[in-house]
Amino acid sequence: MATLGDYLIVSGLLFTIGFAGVLLRRNIIIIFMSLELMLNAANLSLVAFSRFRVGADGLPNYNAQVFVFFIITVAAAEVAVGLAIIVALYRARQTTHVEDISSLKF
Amino acid sequence: MPAYLFWFFALLMLIFGAAVVINRGPVASALSLVLSFLGLAALFMSLDAFFIGIIQVLVYTGAVMVLFLFIIMLLDLRAEERRKIKTVTFVGGLAVALALFVQICLVVGQLRSAQETFPALPAAPGDDVHAVGLLLFNGYNLPFQIMAVLVLVATIGVIVLSKRELR
Repeated sequence: MATLGDYLIVSGLLFTIGFAGVLLRRNIIIIFMSLELMLNAANLSLVAFSRFRVGADGLPNYNAQVFVFFIITVAAAEVAVGLAIIVALYRARQTTHVEDISSLKF
Repeated sequence: MPAYLFWFFALLMLIFGAAVVINRGPVASALSLVLSFLGLAALFMSLDAFFIGIIQVLVYTGAVMVLFLFIIMLLDLRAEERRKIKTVTFVGGLAVALALFVQICLVVGQLRSAQETFPALPAAPGDDVHAVGLLLFNGYNLPFQIMAVLVLVATIGVIVLSKRELR
């Protein structure tokens, strides 16, 4: 059987991959996908803790799963708004490369 | 779920997660992300969270990834031309990410219950859609309605963003 620590390490590794993607890639769509990876890594550790903390009735703690449900909803809304912003940006600048978008740079 | 299935799906998720970051073309990245999320949904089901697993497949691999692919094809993005990425930037970014992972490992190492396996559930746990739904509408009714407003606002925002010409 896999332990709680295994799930947490796998979740941390997925978060690290997403974080490295945000830091290393320069294509704004890839950065956005890496953000999704990070959100889902957090979801995995939440569900692992939910399954680990069994209540008096012998069932998992479903509060964490409701939280994950909310996170998935917010992430779906975030993807829709973010992609609309990327499309608007592409229409204005004809690029998805973050180094070409530096008007706000100090 | 047997241990070898856990490691199989965890490796599937991590390898294709890494492929998202490594691939040059956005389409290949998006398809890798689909496979990575399928592995993640299997991990959710290995934790007896069947509802969350199904939602993961429906929302992420069904809706979100189709949206991603739609935008990639709409913008007609080719594989990005190789630009010189500064070595300092590359090494620095990798070092920061690795430092984060080492810290996560240290925290998990400190956690006393990390070595324990998951406690057994009663013979037929089954109906977790029922349990999650009951909790959602009884305990979290107000957040649920706020979420509905949020989705409405996001819909209107997307329409406004895509209609107006930005300068």
